[in-house]
Amino acid sequence: MSDRNIVEQYLRMDRIPHIWCPGCGLGTTVNCFVRALSECNIPLDNICIVSGIGCTGRVAGYLKLDSFHTTHGRAIPFATGLKLANPKLKVVVYSGDGDLIAIGGNHFIHAARRNMDIAVICVNNFTYGMTGGQVGPTTPVDAVATTSPYGNCEEPFNLPYLADCAGAVYVARWTTYHVRQLTRAMQEVLQKKGFSFLEIISPCPTLYGRRNRLGDGLEMMEYYKQNSEIRNGENTKNVDIKFKGPIICGKFVDRERPTFLEMMNEKLSAKIPNYKPYTGLV
Amino acid sequence: MKADPRGVLTGAHFIDGDHACGEGAIAAGCRFVAGYPITPSTEVVERIAARFPHCGGVFIQMEDEIASSIAILGAVWAGAKAMTVTSGPGFSLMMEHIGLACMTETPVVFVDVQRGGPSTGLPTLPAQADMMQARWGSHGDYEIIALCPNSPQECFDLTIHAFNLSEQYRVPVMIMMDECVGHMTERVVIPPADEIEIYPRRFTDKKPDEYLPYLPDKDLVPSMVKAGDGYRIHVTGLTHDERGYPVMNADCQEKCVHRLVDKIRKNADKIVKYEEQDTDDCEVVVVSYGITSRVALRAIQKAKDKGIKVGNFRLITAWPFPEKRIKELAGKVKAFVMPEINYGQMFFELERVVGGKASVYLVPHGGGTVHNPEAIYQQILEAVK
Repeated sequence: MSDRNIVEQYLRMDRIPHIWCPGCGLGTTVNCFVRALSECNIPLDNICIVSGIGCTGRVAGYLKLDSFHTTHGRAIPFATGLKLANPKLKVVVYSGDGDLIAIGGNHFIHAARRNMDIAVICVNNFTYGMTGGQVGPTTPVDAVATTSPYGNCEEPFNLPYLADCAGAVYVARWTTYHVRQLTRAMQEVLQKKGFSFLEIISPCPTLYGRRNRLGDGLEMMEYYKQNSEIRNGENTKNVDIKFKGPIICGKFVDRERPTFLEMMNEKLSAKIPNYKPYTGLV
Repeated sequence: MKADPRGVLTGAHFIDGDHACGEGAIAAGCRFVAGYPITPSTEVVERIAARFPHCGGVFIQMEDEIASSIAILGAVWAGAKAMTVTSGPGFSLMMEHIGLACMTETPVVFVDVQRGGPSTGLPTLPAQADMMQARWGSHGDYEIIALCPNSPQECFDLTIHAFNLSEQYRVPVMIMMDECVGHMTERVVIPPADEIEIYPRRFTDKKPDEYLPYLPDKDLVPSMVKAGDGYRIHVTGLTHDERGYPVMNADCQEKCVHRLVDKIRKNADKIVKYEEQDTDDCEVVVVSYGITSRVALRAIQKAKDKGIKVGNFRLITAWPFPEKRIKELAGKVKAFVMPEINYGQMFFELERVVGGKASVYLVPHGGGTVHNPEAIYQQILEAVK
């Protein structure tokens, strides 16, 4: 037993091997996540993982927690229902950039606006991996994808800035190279109350790296090492990512705002005599 | 079990169908509603938003109908009874999550207060043109249950029934109202809580290490758990095995999807609900549902006054369709006349089931108002010729 990897107890080992490609960063993010779980002191039975569709969407299926693999783009509203029906649960949305920010973008900004008490972990690989490498809302200008074969001509979203402006109480970005900082950031989003957002820059060597001549998984990690700049507290306006440009990492936002349920209970208590503050259905 | 008295407004009320539906949901134990405003269904969520703080529920107005239709699934997996409410355009946006609810066997209720379409159509005026969408609107093969109230009282009663059916069969249940029934104000009697029968959630009695989330009971329906109970379940919209794990092959697809279909088809006799009068000895049967069933009564009376033997058959479940009973009648009567506020939806199901054993006549209506009873009467005259 002693040679068993400590992460195994957090995984559905009967579903391993996973479907991810060699060099993909998703395994690293899951490794960091289970290490964060092992140190966060939250009973594992109280933690739920909700994913949308895509390569990152498959994370829910590998974690040995109550896990929900929902529809494309809709992990956040599913998580909203889960959290509101049982506020004792710690609900973590774990999904990709296309899922959360393109098809799910509207839910993302509204959940941040109302400060829904969920953690959102967005693995950003700059492309749609599961469908074969199409251009997405985070693909940098000039990057090649199967549906931008001459180079992307759209400006991408700066995700930390988007989350910050929409009202997130915690905003951070790390790459899969920064495993220690990433693990710590995951512990922080697990502990943080309110809409917490963690962006993880992660290599997709098969579909993004190869087409853009960024090398294999190892070379992409080397790129993160050489070109990442840690600037905690940086104004999120300044952290956009250019093609082959530097990657600003760090914790950018950490603030307090009342959550949706705190606001609801406060306002209803003020208006309704004998209102019993809502603490959950079950 | 009986209804939780907290929130049951026992007594006689003078309210519209939308408000009655909201009260029905509360009486059924629904404590989570996610919705998005849309005419003519908005009064349901307005009622819920006002009432929930008094009975321990949470209402959230989501950013759109897509979000509403999946937030309720999340709430169910955390243990709530949940519902969303919409009309045509919103119903169109919800289709993917009807499929997810079917695939994950999530007991949940969708209310569609139908208005004229297609597209934005007639926001404030009635139609019955989402009936096929309710049955077939999401992709893939599945079965659902759809109920058609024809009065505010039935909006109350059938909303409770919808929750009970959804729990019993772990299937999304649609309440297919129409603008008239939704906005019609009538007497609604809410019984005492101890007279309201509630079908409880089918929680498993197995321990986590022996529980298989999609191993069905004898009636083909599996028992459920909720998040946070230590079962560490995996719930996915992918084709899955009894463990709930994705399996991408034809054998698993056959096992998984065939049961989703069979659990409704094989239990259809228990689910189907209809009402009939004078069908034993008649020449022609008028088949209708929702508001049209009330309009049809006048045409039926007029035909009876002329000495024509007319039976009345009202669908309460549109889906599953009362196939067995219609087949019996088809062997005995000369014709069926079916008015509905569309250009033929449930009519085609009727025609299929009758299978040429009697004549079938559609009395179509494009929507915007109800039929003129005269049009139905004329079709009855035509049918008995």
